[in-house]
Amino acid sequence: MNLQWSKRGDDLYIYLSGELDEHSVGEVRDRTDRLIDGHAGLSRAVFNLAGLRFMDSTGIGFLIGRYKRLKKYGMAMALEAPDAGADKILSLSGLYSLMPKQ
Amino acid sequence: MNEMILKFPSKSENEVFARNAVAAFLLTMNPTLSELSDVKTAVSEAVTNCIVHGYRDAEGWVTVRCRTEKDVFRIEISDEGKGIENVEAALQPFFTTLPGEERSGMGFTIMQTFMNEFSVRSSPGMGTTVLMSKAIGEREERNAG
Repeated sequence: MNLQWSKRGDDLYIYLSGELDEHSVGEVRDRTDRLIDGHAGLSRAVFNLAGLRFMDSTGIGFLIGRYKRLKKYGMAMALEAPDAGADKILSLSGLYSLMPKQ
Repeated sequence: MNEMILKFPSKSENEVFARNAVAAFLLTMNPTLSELSDVKTAVSEAVTNCIVHGYRDAEGWVTVRCRTEKDVFRIEISDEGKGIENVEAALQPFFTTLPGEERSGMGFTIMQTFMNEFSVRSSPGMGTTVLMSKAIGEREERNAG
């Protein structure tokens, strides 16, 4: 898994790439949380999933975990650019009601 | 008819190996991208369950058996781990026995949604076997094209 980020105005953009599964999630979780903690004053975090070649239900747990962390800081969360496979899982789990797709 | 059997220890780095090996086998059936993605995801869910739940307290072997029957892909994923106490509860969306670990509880729901047939055989101490199948190849569309 790879993680890149940028700040655009009041938004933190997080770009995930690689394969997100139970094996890879630990490291990316730690890195994402450090990034969120370091940008706690912003209003929103946008997770860009364009580079994700694979994601299973581990991704749902990961995204809900980050949603809860952002909420503690009063930050909103959004998703963008999931591929068809990720989109199917995100729709099925109802995640878009917590973190809209933009 | 074609067959494949895969057996590997319950290490989490084998999740990516298992789903990609099954995908490579499935390619002989000429699947659509969406079918390939569905099967990979379902395999990843089942194998992760074996590793995270079945062999939570010990390492063991995970066995994946694949078979093609005309246009139907059949797969059986089993462990000899601790088994499931309450299968009916485990099948409920968002149910998890490990709520402190950011587990979504959506694994079985995804397997059921992404595959055509799904069943699970398990009893405490006796391991778990998940059986799934999926019809492959949107032949009518292809013939029309």
